[in-house]
Amino acid sequence: MFELLGIPPQALFGQLLLGLINGAFYAMLSLGLAIIFGLLNIINFTHGAQYMMGAFVAWMLLNYLGINYWWALLLVPIIVGAFGIVIERLLISRLYHLDHLYGLLLTFGLALIIQGLFRNYYGISGLPYSIPPQLAGGQNLGFMFLPNYRGWVVAASLVVCIGTWFVIEKTRLGAYLRAATENPTLVGAFGINVPRMITLTYGFGVGLAAFAGVLAAPIYSVNPNMGADLIIVVFAVVVIGGMGSILGAIVTGFGLGLVEGLTRVFYPEGSAVVIFVIMAIVLLIKPAGLFGRTA
Amino acid sequence: MADAALATAPRTKAGDAPLLVVKDLQAWYGESHVLHGINFDVRQGEVVTLLGRNGAGKSTTMKAIMGILPKRKGSVVFEGNELMHLPARWVARTGIAFCPEERGIFSSLSVEENLMLPPQVRPGGLSVEQIFELFPNLKERLSSQGTKLSGGEQQMLAIGRILRTGAKLLLLDEPTEGLAPVIVQQIGHTIARLKREGFTIVLVEQNFRFASSVADRHFVVEQGKVVDMIPNEELEANIEKLHNYLGV
Repeated sequence: MFELLGIPPQALFGQLLLGLINGAFYAMLSLGLAIIFGLLNIINFTHGAQYMMGAFVAWMLLNYLGINYWWALLLVPIIVGAFGIVIERLLISRLYHLDHLYGLLLTFGLALIIQGLFRNYYGISGLPYSIPPQLAGGQNLGFMFLPNYRGWVVAASLVVCIGTWFVIEKTRLGAYLRAATENPTLVGAFGINVPRMITLTYGFGVGLAAFAGVLAAPIYSVNPNMGADLIIVVFAVVVIGGMGSILGAIVTGFGLGLVEGLTRVFYPEGSAVVIFVIMAIVLLIKPAGLFGRTA
Repeated sequence: MADAALATAPRTKAGDAPLLVVKDLQAWYGESHVLHGINFDVRQGEVVTLLGRNGAGKSTTMKAIMGILPKRKGSVVFEGNELMHLPARWVARTGIAFCPEERGIFSSLSVEENLMLPPQVRPGGLSVEQIFELFPNLKERLSSQGTKLSGGEQQMLAIGRILRTGAKLLLLDEPTEGLAPVIVQQIGHTIARLKREGFTIVLVEQNFRFASSVADRHFVVEQGKVVDMIPNEELEANIEKLHNYLGV
């Protein structure tokens, strides 16, 4: 078989696939963060914990109630999203008149509490969640082996990301959202219920994180730290893409996943830091981010 | 000057109870007390202006009527209903539309999206075709980014989009500010046309030549109070007094 720059193709494509999978999670999570930041002006540090809750609630539904993966994909975002809505109404909504920093501190504190609670009850060793039988096995593509579940994760996250982008950029509802992101006072003066829109937007962003959590459950082990590990990288992705940019979050998410995968092939030692190096470079050259609008 | 007497002066042709009655309206920006008791009324189908120097409180009066300012007191009665306890979105839903001084065109929305943004609050608004008839320029630029329009076109868009909503009372904050004379003229024609179609309009203006060409009555605002009311037909006779008020 052919070799590319001395790398066997199985290794190259294997890492690219792994990068694409990670990228899918970066994209879904940074998309939710970008939407929330755009409208609420809050950096949602609870996002990683909400992603972790998604995986845990899927595990609980299966083990306590016998509800399978497919139902979990539908129900978990609703359950965790509703939890997000309660948090927004009860706590976050009291901080809108204050500096960003308070929102960041509150959501960071909430993340610590939520992670602590799960650690207390479920330990840190991780719980198994098996791949649904319909997606077991894989395809031999000749140049590599593609596990069905991994293909599904990439496809599902692409559909969700593009769907979200479409709703925000191309529909009436999305126009309300974009307008309220720019000037909530005026949108309110047109008769639109902006506070309700803010609440639902937060709920949607959290639901998106939970959806990602369900997709992740069969790949990564379900454990209380899974979100905390991921969220730092996701924040770097958001900064690179540009705060509040929807398309930027999606493209940068997938793109950086791939870059990370390639780095793992060609310079494995650098794979853990490559995203942060890119972040530093982008901040130096284009501080608003690759897709950011400079106001 | 007795403000209350002014407010109810039986001056205009349109007979019935006023559409909008503003009584002792006070408002604050943070700690600073900006409106000290605004009194005026607007009758159905009338065009009135709020004239006054910069910082007199004209724009603030509009924002206080809309409920955009959080700290306010007094009374705003529209069609017999008190609005003071309502948030802005409910004020809009009663049929009052506001066009802000800075126009408020959204840069992340296309012209078409800007135009279609305000929801209908009542039946009987202008159709999109009627708005294009008033402002033909908009039709050509529907897919442009809202803020790529010229200043005049942005003003047309800002006025056009609130005509769709079915609101019967329009609050227009300095619609002619910074525009070329030919555009000012077009906006003047539009206001006259809207008046004929039954809209009631409150106009904040610095340009009192323009104001006199479209309005029925003028309320003079000074230091957060309405200090005088001049019917348009008596404007010439009061020109000295008005110059004093406006400091021109």
